[in-house]
Amino acid sequence: MSQLATQAPAVAAPRSPRSRRTTRTNYELYGWVFMRASGVVLLVLIFGHLFMNLIDGEGINAIDFGFVAGKWASPLWQVWDLLMLWLAMIHGTNGVRTIINDYAERTGTRVVLKSALYLSFVVVVVLGTLVIFTFDPCPAGSPADLLPSFCEA
Amino acid sequence: MSKAPAGTLYRGREGMWSWVAHRVTGFLIFFFLLVHVLDTSLVRVSPEAYNAVIGTYKNPIMGIGEAGLVAAIVFHAFNGVRVMLVDFWSQGPRYQRVMLWVVIGLFVVTMAGFLPRHLMNVFGGGH
Repeated sequence: MSQLATQAPAVAAPRSPRSRRTTRTNYELYGWVFMRASGVVLLVLIFGHLFMNLIDGEGINAIDFGFVAGKWASPLWQVWDLLMLWLAMIHGTNGVRTIINDYAERTGTRVVLKSALYLSFVVVVVLGTLVIFTFDPCPAGSPADLLPSFCEA
Repeated sequence: MSKAPAGTLYRGREGMWSWVAHRVTGFLIFFFLLVHVLDTSLVRVSPEAYNAVIGTYKNPIMGIGEAGLVAAIVFHAFNGVRVMLVDFWSQGPRYQRVMLWVVIGLFVVTMAGFLPRHLMNVFGGGH
């Protein structure tokens, strides 16, 4: 008995306050709130996007360079697509981060997968943002029948 | 930490399966999103490059894939509203099962509206 007592781990006295604190920040709470707030906005943005691109007019058959140029000629769709890009990428990256944390049990695996995830996030968000802001609807030397009609001038 | 014995952690039924479906659809949508930003970025290369790649989205196999993608998005969106109601509505946890069946009903109605329209466009009858 005496040997058992010396080896037993320290057990807190009954009713002593639990120390549940494992992190110092509220970032997981902010992430939880963000998933819900961005989810509501994305529902509107993505349903609008799907309606414009897959249902309206000839649906997917109408999509080509001229279609994109026509949409991005309007600041509404530039802002719409920019907001959709950022919100969806943050929402999706945070979701996949949660999945990695749940299923990748080894620390090294988690580090590798999350590094790849965050790298993809940066590349895709930077690329998409640059494309929206530097898009040229009338590139020089392109055949006129591939360009939007407003390029004629 | 030792693993929980089988049969205690996952409770099954509507609550668990909606959670599984939410994960699976979210995961699929995210990977499509990565590809979709890359293909759209081709507008910055040339009209020809963009049209060539977007042209592959118009063949029947991809068209069926798009129907699956839209189905995943519609489920994830409606079930996301259900998740928020469970979190924020005082009666949400009590009605979470019923709300999943409402989500499935709305999903069926939405897809019944979308699928004929999209498949006619893809298979050439919708002009």
